[in-house]
Amino acid sequence: MTNMKRRTLLKGSLAAGAVGIAVGSGLLAPRTVLAAWPKDAFKATSVDEALNSLVGQSQLEGSDKIEIKAPDIAENGAVVPVSVETTIDGVESISIIAEKNNTPLTSAYILSPRAEGFVATRIKMSETSSVIAVVKAGGTLHSTGKEVKVTIGGCGG
Amino acid sequence: MSLSRREFLQMLAIAGMSGIHLSGCESGSSTQKQPGGVKPNAASSDLYDIPAFGNVSVMHYTDCHAQLMPVYFREPSINLGVADMHGRPPHLVGEKFLEYYGIKPGSREAHAFTYLNFEEAARTFGKVGGFAHLSTLVKRIRAQRPGSLLLDGGDTWQGSATSLWTNAQDMVDAQLLLGVDIMTPHWEMTYGAERVLEIIENDFQGRIEFLAQNVVDNDWGDPIFKPYVIREINGVPTAIIGQAFPYTPIANPGYMIPDWSFGIRDERMQQMVDQARGEGAQVVIVLSHNGADVDIKMASQVRGIDAIMGGHTHDAMPQPLVVSNSGGKTLVTNAGSNSKFLGVLDLDVKNGKVRDFKYHLLPVFSNLLEADAEMSAHIEAVRAPYKDKLAEELAVTDTTLYRRGNFNGTFDQLICDAMIEEMGAEIAFSPGFRWGTSLLPGQPITFEDLMTQTALTYPSTTLNNMTGERIKVILEDVADNIFNKDPYYQQGGDMVRVGGLKYSIDPTATIGNRISDMELNGKPIDPNKEYAVAGWANVNEPLDTRPIWDVVASYLRNQKTVSITELNTPKLKNVAGNPGLAKTFQQ
Repeated sequence: MTNMKRRTLLKGSLAAGAVGIAVGSGLLAPRTVLAAWPKDAFKATSVDEALNSLVGQSQLEGSDKIEIKAPDIAENGAVVPVSVETTIDGVESISIIAEKNNTPLTSAYILSPRAEGFVATRIKMSETSSVIAVVKAGGTLHSTGKEVKVTIGGCGG
Repeated sequence: MSLSRREFLQMLAIAGMSGIHLSGCESGSSTQKQPGGVKPNAASSDLYDIPAFGNVSVMHYTDCHAQLMPVYFREPSINLGVADMHGRPPHLVGEKFLEYYGIKPGSREAHAFTYLNFEEAARTFGKVGGFAHLSTLVKRIRAQRPGSLLLDGGDTWQGSATSLWTNAQDMVDAQLLLGVDIMTPHWEMTYGAERVLEIIENDFQGRIEFLAQNVVDNDWGDPIFKPYVIREINGVPTAIIGQAFPYTPIANPGYMIPDWSFGIRDERMQQMVDQARGEGAQVVIVLSHNGADVDIKMASQVRGIDAIMGGHTHDAMPQPLVVSNSGGKTLVTNAGSNSKFLGVLDLDVKNGKVRDFKYHLLPVFSNLLEADAEMSAHIEAVRAPYKDKLAEELAVTDTTLYRRGNFNGTFDQLICDAMIEEMGAEIAFSPGFRWGTSLLPGQPITFEDLMTQTALTYPSTTLNNMTGERIKVILEDVADNIFNKDPYYQQGGDMVRVGGLKYSIDPTATIGNRISDMELNGKPIDPNKEYAVAGWANVNEPLDTRPIWDVVASYLRNQKTVSITELNTPKLKNVAGNPGLAKTFQQ
C-alpha cells in the first residue's frame, strides 16, 4: 500500500466501485455521492442535451491540455477503460461522453479543488464512436476526443 | 495519426540513399544500398554464404504456424494498401515487388518472394521451410556470427495437426532444439492462459524468454510478462523488447485469456525503450507481432528503437523500411511465414551507437539445406503416433490450392463449398486467416494438408439465420479491419472468405460504404430477409459442434478430385493500378 501511487489508488478504487475510498481521502467532492443524482443528464439522448442538463452549457472548446486514453479498438464494448488527465487549472468537473451511445453521457466527476485533474473508469459502448472528455474549468467547457472502435471480432491473423 | 504522404516520401528518399545510420548515430561507412541493395546471389550454392558484418547479429523467424515439414507456399497476388499504405511495402505484389527490390524475374528469389509463375517455379525450386532445414541454416549463420541471438516472432505453436494434438508440445520442443532465445506471442494464446504460463514456467524456464510489454492485468493494469531483456552480444548490451499481437482478445477468443488486456500501448513502449537505454542498452530491438503497417506507424512515433523485427502480416520484405521519428531512424522488417524465411540483421555498433547495418531475408529452400539430424529425429518422433491419420488421402487436386491474399484463395473456396454442401447453407463464411500452405495440381490433399488450413483450438462450425442487413454489417466490419486508413485500427488478417454470396468492394471507402451489389444466385440480397449462413472459428463462446476439418474431410472424400474453376472474389472498385494488385486479378 505504501508504494501505491495516489493515482493508482484512485483508479483502482473507481474500478472496484468503491468510490467511498476516494471520497474519504478527499479527492472527490462528497457531492459526487451525496448530491442528487443528475438523472436527466444521464438519460439525455444527445450530447448537447446531456451537457446542458449536467453543467448548464454545451459549447465545447477544443483543448490540447487534456489527454484522453482509451484503446483504439475496444477488447470488450461493455467495459472500455478510459482515463482523462488534464493540466488545466481549476478543474471543477470531468465528464466522459460516448457520442454514439443512446445515452451519450457515461460518467461525470465533480472534483474538489485539491484533486489532480485525473479520472479513470470503464465505460460501456454500443458501437464505434468518438469518446469525448469534457473538462469544466473557469466557466468554460474544454474538450478533446478519441475514436474507439467497437468491432465484431474474429478473422485475425 | 498515421504516416502522412509527405513523411512517406521522405522515408522513401532516405531509403533510396546508400548507407543508413540509425538513431542518433554518427556518420559511418555506407555499405548497403537501399532498397535492392542485397540481391541474394543467383548462384544457388552461394545463397547462404553471407559474410559476417559488424559486431551485433540477430536472427529472426516468425509466423511459422507450426510447419515442421517442408511445404509449398504461394505468396499473394493481392495485398492492397490504401491511404498512406498505397504502394508502400509490404503492399506490393508480383512484378511491382520485383521492380521495387531489384529482383530478377524468373530467379529463385523471384519465386521465393512472389506468386509469379508459381506452379512451374515451385516444381523447379522445390519445397520451402521445414524445421530440420531451418535448423541447419540457423547453425550455419550462428557459426559465422558467434554470440548472435535467435528471435521467434510468434504464431509458432499453432497451425498444424501435430501442434493441436500435442497441445503445442511438439513446437515447444522444436523451439528448444532450434535454440530460440526470445519469443513474443499471438496464436500461442489460443491454448489458454494456463497452458501459456505452464510452458513459460516449465519448458522455457532459464532457456527461452517469453516477452510482451503490451499485456497487462485487466483489473489493475499490472504487467503479465517480462517486457524486455538486455543481453550482451560481443560485449554490446542489446535490449530486446517483446510486443505481442495487440488485438488478440478481439481477433481470437477472449474467453481463453479472460484476465489479460492487450493493445498497442505506444506509451509504455516508449517507457520501456527509455528504461532499457537508461540501464545501458546500446542497441534496442523490438520483437513485434504488430503487423507491418502498425510497426511502421509505431516506428514513426516511438523514439530510440534501432529496429522493429515484425511478423503477423506474413510479409516477406527483402529489405527493411527505414522510418524517421523525432529521435532518429528505425528499421522495420517483416519476415514472411511458414518457416520459409530466416531474417539476419547485422549491426555495426561503435562507441555505444549503431553505425551501420546489413539485413538479409534468406529463403529456406529445403533442397539447398541438408536436414539437421537431431531436428529430423524430433519431428519423426512427434509424427509417429499420428502417421496414418496424417497421411490419409482425402482427394486429389487439379488446381493449385492456396489461401493467402486479401480475398478468397482456392483453398478457402474449397472450404466454403464444403460448408454449403455439408451443412445445407446458402452462404458460407470462412475467416480471413493468413496461415495455411499451398498444394500443386496433381497432389493428393491429405488430412494433414487440410489441417494446415483449419487446425485451431476453436474449430466448431455454426449455422445461423442472418438478415441481409446483418450480413452487410459483418462484411463492412471485417473490411474496416483490413482497409482502415489508420493501421492502429486494423486487426490484420484478410477479408472474410465467402461462399454463395457475391459482392463489390471499394477498399478506399469508409466503414459502411465499402460493400455493395450483394447478391445470391443472381438476386439482390434483401436486407430484411433471413439467409442460412455457415461459419466456423467463432470467437465469442466455446461451442461443441462439428469441427471444420470434419466437414471438409467428409466433402473431400465424396469429391475424390477437386477443381476450383472460378474463384468467388468480389468486384473491386477504385483500386485499378494499385501496386498491391496483380495484373491478372479480376476487377
